[in-house]
Amino acid sequence: MAVSTYSGAEQYNFDIVKKFSVMALVWAVVGMLVGVYIASELAWPFLNFDSPYFSFGRFRPVHTSAVIFGFGGSALFATSYYVVQRTCQTRLISDGMASFTFWGWQTIIVLAALSYVMGYSQGREYAEMEWPIDILIEVVWVAYLILFVGTIMRRKQPHIYVANWFYLAFILATALLHTFNNLAMPVNLFSMKSYSLFSGTQDAMVQWWYGHNAVGFFLTAAFLGMMYYFVPKQAGRPIYSYRLSIVHFWALSFMYMWVGGHHLHWTALPDWTSSLAAAFSILLLMPSWGGMINGIMTLSGAWDKLRTDPVMRFMIVALSFYGMSTFEGPMMSLKEVNALSHYTDWTIGHVHSGALGWVAMISFGSLYHMMPKLWETKIYSRKMVEWHFWLATIGIVLYIVAMWISGITQGLMWRAFDEFGNLQYSFVESVAAMMPFYAMRAIGGMFFLTGAAMMALNMFMTIRQGKRESAALEAKLAAKLAAA
Amino acid sequence: MNLNFKHEWIETNIGLMAVLTMLAISIGGLVEIAPLFFNEKTIEKAEGVRPYTPLEQRGRDIYVREGCYTCHSQMIRPFRDEKLRYGHYSLAAESRYDHPFQWGSKRTGPDLARVGGKYSNEWHVQHLKAPRSMVPESVMPNYPWLLSTPLDISDVADRMKALRKVGVPYSLTQAEYEANVAKFGETVAQQLHIPDAQKNLVEQANFGNYDGDRSGISEMDALVAYLQVLGTMVDFSKYNDDAFVDNR
Repeated sequence: MAVSTYSGAEQYNFDIVKKFSVMALVWAVVGMLVGVYIASELAWPFLNFDSPYFSFGRFRPVHTSAVIFGFGGSALFATSYYVVQRTCQTRLISDGMASFTFWGWQTIIVLAALSYVMGYSQGREYAEMEWPIDILIEVVWVAYLILFVGTIMRRKQPHIYVANWFYLAFILATALLHTFNNLAMPVNLFSMKSYSLFSGTQDAMVQWWYGHNAVGFFLTAAFLGMMYYFVPKQAGRPIYSYRLSIVHFWALSFMYMWVGGHHLHWTALPDWTSSLAAAFSILLLMPSWGGMINGIMTLSGAWDKLRTDPVMRFMIVALSFYGMSTFEGPMMSLKEVNALSHYTDWTIGHVHSGALGWVAMISFGSLYHMMPKLWETKIYSRKMVEWHFWLATIGIVLYIVAMWISGITQGLMWRAFDEFGNLQYSFVESVAAMMPFYAMRAIGGMFFLTGAAMMALNMFMTIRQGKRESAALEAKLAAKLAAA
Repeated sequence: MNLNFKHEWIETNIGLMAVLTMLAISIGGLVEIAPLFFNEKTIEKAEGVRPYTPLEQRGRDIYVREGCYTCHSQMIRPFRDEKLRYGHYSLAAESRYDHPFQWGSKRTGPDLARVGGKYSNEWHVQHLKAPRSMVPESVMPNYPWLLSTPLDISDVADRMKALRKVGVPYSLTQAEYEANVAKFGETVAQQLHIPDAQKNLVEQANFGNYDGDRSGISEMDALVAYLQVLGTMVDFSKYNDDAFVDNR
């Protein structure tokens, strides 16, 4: 059955999708492992081992780059190449270029991780890669853009499917953000070190324009592209509202780019900029929830799937977390709330409810849908998918609850006064108070990591099963031919 | 506006879609970022702010290298508790020569914007080497290698030249030097002169003896020199309380 539908070896380039899918799982496990490690360093600082290479400051960007660009990026390459070919009913325009984006992207992640532990960093959050790596990213990204747009141009359908709009916005926005945020002057041609073109206030605004839209386009718009293809597919229903998806797309694309300044409330950034950013952050709630509703309501009439289909459950829980964190975000962008939450663990919790709850869960769901199809088989163990789901969900809840408590505690302790009007707590008292929550967060991370490792194993077995089945099929065919 | 507009036009034309998407995603950044470069009120007029000396700049490079910003902010907000804990709120002027900015986003440890002069050099050295020997509850990593690693000073002039290209007023020519004398005074101007970079660095390190070890210049010398200058450039006793309110 499956064979007749997907024997598209010539029709589609699935080889590249397979490669990126596998690497998405590899980077998920590696990146989350480093995440659990650095979380543990904060609870048990001896884990820094007096070594420059394992110290928190150098290791933290390894975690962020491996999960965002390694896991998230590979999952996006995989799904976008899959979706663009399936919805345009055409093959990627160039296998060579596709291959180049694969090897280029993997090289970038490895080089980035190595360079951080060696001590090369631009000192910009989520953009720590030094200039030679940035140039490589630029080249790979342009190839990606050409490949993606070129394939759409060769489509057999007059309409461009909505998932592709989101992938397109993600590719364009990432190019724009990456270019401007990484403008820097190298010390010399043979030095890895560079100094950013901007300084102080302007530099801060450029960096958070980048930083928040790495969230907005890399970690949101692109994964919404995933949602618009894989949720209807898995549910076997059309998308809930086509009109809503149009409004969702344009409103989201326009508004996200305004909100970066909310990371700089009460700083030396002028008030007008951060106030404008806050206003747009609140407005952004509407397209965000529009998208969430569009995704969840796609299931209307098929709600029973939530009980019977663990893959569907990943997707719907992902959308629920998306709704939750896109409510929490605008709330935290209010200046009064931000005065308490900024600089605390609350921010870290917020990021992870989006990153684990939304980005990782929708990716897991999509990969569970796609990978068995690529290898023309069924998921090896549905039981393990169930286990993965609960481990991941419990892990997220532990993580964000720990960070809510520690974040709000920090915020309140820092601003507490005694009856004489003096500060009630020294800073280090707030550090000591965090210990149980840092341990709880590390444990939550371990749950999530265990689930991801379980998925990697499950998919490894699925691939092996798929290969065996197709080998058996071929042997049968050969025998038949020989008999005839 | 043509009332017969159909979204279908965009959906069937990839070129049009790409152009409109670019337009939609470009406006926000343009409106919010571009004015910051032209509006004179963005950066306050505060006396005393100067570029870093060669030794301080090398210390700052180490601060960036070790990812200190992942746990320490350098941006004090205008709240009563922050004033008591850290001092006067940070000015935009105070980071105007910071490429890149290191305001940070997280305080796992305290803010460092005005840490300069709060502790002795000896305290910093011991604390960086083994934080828990000074502050038992601390979760900061130990940085013993800063003491044992000699500071690489070979490319300090190249570093200053790169910073000069992005707008930091380090001087290469006599004319630039004299402009700096007029702007910052002679003592500071000498420190900003690129041809004397190595000489100045060695002199400051030997004179300051930041790491307590006179046998050589370590990375610790540079980092402590940087930490000790943080937040000390503006003399706030010269300004009344509302001096910088208009710039916010």
